Parts: sequence; C-alpha cells; structure tokens
Amino acid sequence: MEIIQQLAFIATFAALLWLVSRRIGIIKKTIQQGRAEDRTDQPSKRWLMMLRVAFGQKKMFDRPLVGIMHFVIYAGFLLINLEVLEIVLDGLLGQHRLFAPFLGGFYTFLISFFEFLAISVLLVCVVFLLRRNVTKVERLQPSRHREMNGWPELDANLILIFEIVLMSAILTMNAADLVLQDMGSAHYTQTGNFAFSQWLTPLFTGWSETSLIALERTAWWLHILGIFGFALYVTYSKHLHIALAFPNTYFARLIPKGEMHNMPEITKEVKIMLGMEQPDATEAPAEIGRFGARDVMDLSWKNLMDAYSCTECGRCTAACPANMTGKKLSPRKIMMDTRDRLEETGRNMQANGGTFVEDGKALLGDYILEEEILACTTCNACVQECPILINPLDIILQLRRYQIMDEAKAPGSWNAMFGNLETNQAPWKFSPGDRFNWAESLK
Amino acid sequence: MTEQSYKVPTMAEMAAGGESPEILFWVGCAGSFDDRYKKVTIAFVKILNKLGIKFAVLGTEEGCSGDPARRAGNEFLFQMQAMANIQVLDMYGVKKIVTACPHCFNTLKNEYPELGGTYEVIHHSEFLQQLINEGRLAVAGGGTFKGRKITFHDSCYLGRANDIYEAPRAVLEALDADLIEMKRSKAKGLCCGAGGGQMFKEPESGKKDVNIERIEEALHTGADTIAVACPFCMVMMTDGVKNKEKEDSVRVFDLAELIAQADGL
Repeated sequence: MEIIQQLAFIATFAALLWLVSRRIGIIKKTIQQGRAEDRTDQPSKRWLMMLRVAFGQKKMFDRPLVGIMHFVIYAGFLLINLEVLEIVLDGLLGQHRLFAPFLGGFYTFLISFFEFLAISVLLVCVVFLLRRNVTKVERLQPSRHREMNGWPELDANLILIFEIVLMSAILTMNAADLVLQDMGSAHYTQTGNFAFSQWLTPLFTGWSETSLIALERTAWWLHILGIFGFALYVTYSKHLHIALAFPNTYFARLIPKGEMHNMPEITKEVKIMLGMEQPDATEAPAEIGRFGARDVMDLSWKNLMDAYSCTECGRCTAACPANMTGKKLSPRKIMMDTRDRLEETGRNMQANGGTFVEDGKALLGDYILEEEILACTTCNACVQECPILINPLDIILQLRRYQIMDEAKAPGSWNAMFGNLETNQAPWKFSPGDRFNWAESLK
Repeated sequence: MTEQSYKVPTMAEMAAGGESPEILFWVGCAGSFDDRYKKVTIAFVKILNKLGIKFAVLGTEEGCSGDPARRAGNEFLFQMQAMANIQVLDMYGVKKIVTACPHCFNTLKNEYPELGGTYEVIHHSEFLQQLINEGRLAVAGGGTFKGRKITFHDSCYLGRANDIYEAPRAVLEALDADLIEMKRSKAKGLCCGAGGGQMFKEPESGKKDVNIERIEEALHTGADTIAVACPFCMVMMTDGVKNKEKEDSVRVFDLAELIAQADGL
C-alpha cells in the first residue's frame, strides 16, 4: 500500500514538473513575440524596486485594510511552502512527517505557526469572496465592468475557493493525525498537540483507526494534489501575478512617467525634411517597419509581460478619469485584451511549429477599439495605481501611433490641430507672427 | 502707470546686444495666444521684472513643443516641432528654461534630450518656490489671502508625470492662505480631462465630462479660489465653474497670478 502511494506520488510530481515547465516555456515564447527592449540598466535600482514593490508589497498598503489582508495571503503562501517541502519529501521518500524527529518541540511550534497562517488565509479568502459577491466592491463587478464577465469572474472566485479548500485540508489532515497519534497508530510520529487542529479533534473521536487513516490520507492527498493542481492552474489564470510580479517590477520603467518612448527610426527622415541633413543617395532607403503597434508582436516584450502579470484587480480602471465618467476605456481591459490576444497568437505559434501564421486578426480592432484609445487623457492615474507597476498607458500610446501614423485615422479635430501645428507652430489657428502680441499690453 | 516699466526682452535682442539671460521664459502656445492664459504670462513677467531677474523670451521664434501631436500619436509632427525648437534653443545657447506649462515642461525636460536638446528645465512653480526659499520673493500680500480658502488642482504632467507635488503647495503656503486639499490630490489627483490631446477634440461618449467630475470635488472643499498650474487645467476648471454657475463666488487662478495679486502687481 505504501509503496503504491509512493510510486503514485513520484509519478504525479514528475507529471506536474513536466506540465508546469512546459507552460513556462510556452509563456516565455509568447512574451518573446514582443519587440526587443533593453530593461537591464541600473540593476541595483531595479533590485531595490523589486524588493520594495513586489517583495515588500509597498503599493498594496495604499489601501491599508486590503493591504494587510492581501499580505496575510501572501505571507501564508510563502511560508506554508516550507511545510509543502516536507510534504513533497514525505511523498517522494514514502515517509511521514520527515522533519519531526529532527526538530522535536520546534516542529510542533512550526506546524502550529503554519496552522495559524492557514486559518488566517482561510478567513481572508472568505472575506475576499464576500467582497466580490456580497458587498460587491465596485471595481470587481461584472455588471459595471464588461471585461469582468464570464471567465474572469469565475477565475477570481475559483482561486479563492481553491485556497479555502487547501487550507481546510491542512487542518483536517493535522487533526486526524493528532487523533491517530493518541491512538498510538503505527507511522504517526508523536508531535504533541498543534495549536489549532487540536480543537478539531473532537470531530473525529470515536472514528475507527482505518477510517481515520483514510481521512488523514485523503486530506493529505487532497492538499498536495490541490497544490499541484493550483500550480498548474495558475499558469492559465490571472493569478500568475504571484510569480510574475517579481520580474515585472524588476523590469519596470525607471524614467519619469511623463516621458514617452522616442522613435529614433524616423528622426533621420525628420532631419532631412528640415534640411538638417542631406539624403544619402548611395544608401538604400531605410526599411521603416510599422509605426506604433497594431498587434501584440508590435508591442515590447515588457508590455506583454505586463499583460501576463495583471491580476485584474481593477485599481487602474477605478482611478481612470475616462472610465469613471462612463467612457468605454478601461485600462484593465487594455491589459486583459492584450493577454487574450497573446494567448491566441501563442496557440497559433504552437500549432504552426513555432512561427505565427497570419490569422487576419489584430489587437487593435478585434480586441481594443478605437473609441477606447481615443478616450485616454494620458493622465498616468492607471500607471500610478498598479501595485506591480504595469503600464497600460504605454500600450495605449503605441496603438495611437499606429492609428495616426500608419492608418492616418484621426478625429477631424485632431487633423485640424495637426494642420495648425504644421502651418502655425501652434495647435490653434493663430498666425505665428502674432505669437508675441501678448507683450503689447505691457509696453 | 507703473506698467510702462515692464520689459520683455527677446533672445534675439539679447544676442544682438551680446548678452545672455539667466533664464529663458518658455511662454508656450496657450501663454501666447489664449486670452485667459496670456494673463498668466503677464503676471509671471511682472514678477520676473519686479525681482530684476535677467530673462528673455523667444517671441515669434518659439513654436509648440509638440506635446499634443506626440500624445495624439503623431510622432512625425512631434519630432518636426522638437527639432525646429532645438535648433533655435541651441542657436542662442540656452541653458536654463522656465515655463508655466507642465506639458511644455515635461516635453522639453524629458523628451528633448533624446533628440539632442538638453537643457535645465524647470516649471514656474518650482522657480517660484526657489525664489521664495532664497528670500528673493517675499509675498507682502497685506493679508489679501490670509485665511482665504484655496484648493490646488494637481496637473497630471507636473504631478504623476514628474513627481512635483510640493512646489506649487509651497507657493500657496507663502500666501498665508488656508490650503484645503481635495479628496483626490497629489499622486491620486484626478485629471482635468484635457491631457493626451483631449484638449483638441470632443470627448468620447460617456455619462459625464471629466472636468465636471473634478470641479464638483473642488467645489466640495468650500474653497473660493481654485489654484492651477497648467493652461489646460485652467480652461477645464474655468469651464467647470461656469457649468456649475459659480463664476461669481469661485475663481480659478494660476499660481503666478496669485503671487502677482498678493504683491499688487
């Protein structure tokens, strides 16, 4: 029986490692569809940023109560992994509570501490479910935000339920274990009472040894299979932020938020137009690619990593002046659309032996609409809000560049503004010769 | 009238006289052409004159910084504007630029260097703060603003875009006024609705205009003066006040105008 369990565990664990590494490979390749962009300068500044914003969750504490609750889940997740390590080793080696004999009383303390975390995580998950489904926090409501309809709403609830089940399994497993220890059942190492699960033991007193072992084993397997399943699920879910928040903050932009990326590829042409440079007759005309971005592969890899890192919390959208006044633009939707399109191009790549085959679709038009990008005031509120430094504005501006420069599609009043700039060097219809007239009143 | 004594030298005049100014005052399109914002330009020039600061303007040689074109997506037009301006600025050997427009400020400071134009660029709020800190600008005021409720509307291109939150507030504090913050201020400040080229088009369809959302918040503070530091915010907030029919009781002023008023300029 034990050897079967051990073999089953080894097989499951190997399958998990294979599946997860395959997913990581696919996601990596999908992100690499993006344009190259160097984000490796100033490493010490970047490490510090990652430590503060991702590891230290600095921006989450802008809203202290939610910040603390989120921190509980985060800390619980990180620390309970130590226990998972023991469980995995137990499974691989066919042992039970491998660390207990080495750690003695400290083991009991550690497991009690993990139980404390498990209960805290469980409670916060319940509160988060209530916030989504009962008190209905506005930014999380599908009725108010169309991008949250369907899978995103289900995904969010599933994750919370998943975590509640996992935490309950730990507590059940420990409680059954304690009862078995009291019975003096073989293989159940004496550990002394755990702080929280000891209160659950009355539920199981009077059970036969066989049923208790069955319960303990079921809870043990449920817990570890749950964790394995969760690890794989995360790679398909918005919950991927638990991993990508770290690289995403590391590679975040370090320049002022107001600065837009330059397009050096057109500077030469501008200089020729202004007579600052002479066209080089011997040189073949430079191959100018697409201006701005029409699809995900025109965006930078960092924009694409941003999309995979987004956990759809909607702080960006809640702070967006266009969204709050009823315009179609939602920065969260920009990120979700980018990811949806990415997943699609990624699948396309896989199905076609690693190269993307044109499918007649694009991010702009099929996912993000012109009306959305036109509504942006470039105020940077979305960028400011994101707890893991995602930049929806950068994507919006690249889409605008494509729309204006490649498609020459601009609202009439913008065309008029462009025309004024060209002829009057001012966005309004004033004669450049009158530019200094304001000083007349002072003379 | 004392107005006779104000001077607005141009870079061309200075260069002809073999002189170079301490600062170039970059007026911007709104400051040059918009009737309301011309008053801000004039107020700032009066302050510069009063303090004897050696400044110059480009006059008719100035052109739009290119910000609206770039934000709207027209990079080509932006670079044309930028290159032309950089040529003029470099021709005069300009080192330090002060401007009252956060959009010009952001573009000149952050975006011109990559096109070859590197200058020390400061916003007039920072410049005024420096003058106050150095003791060069003492706001007499005579109690004009003492105890008056003022709220400050953060401009996105000054605040979030460039992390300048304290300078404009320091200027208001010098007025000895009662500064009341809106609920959404500083890094959380709400846009006026005009950035990103919105100034030059109709808003997309929605249920409300952004400036109305913002003006409601500003009025809610009970302030009788809304201070701004940006020509676009000035337009949007002024329109908001009109929309709420509060133009008799609530006024919108730029920082430079408030200082000039307090000093009787």
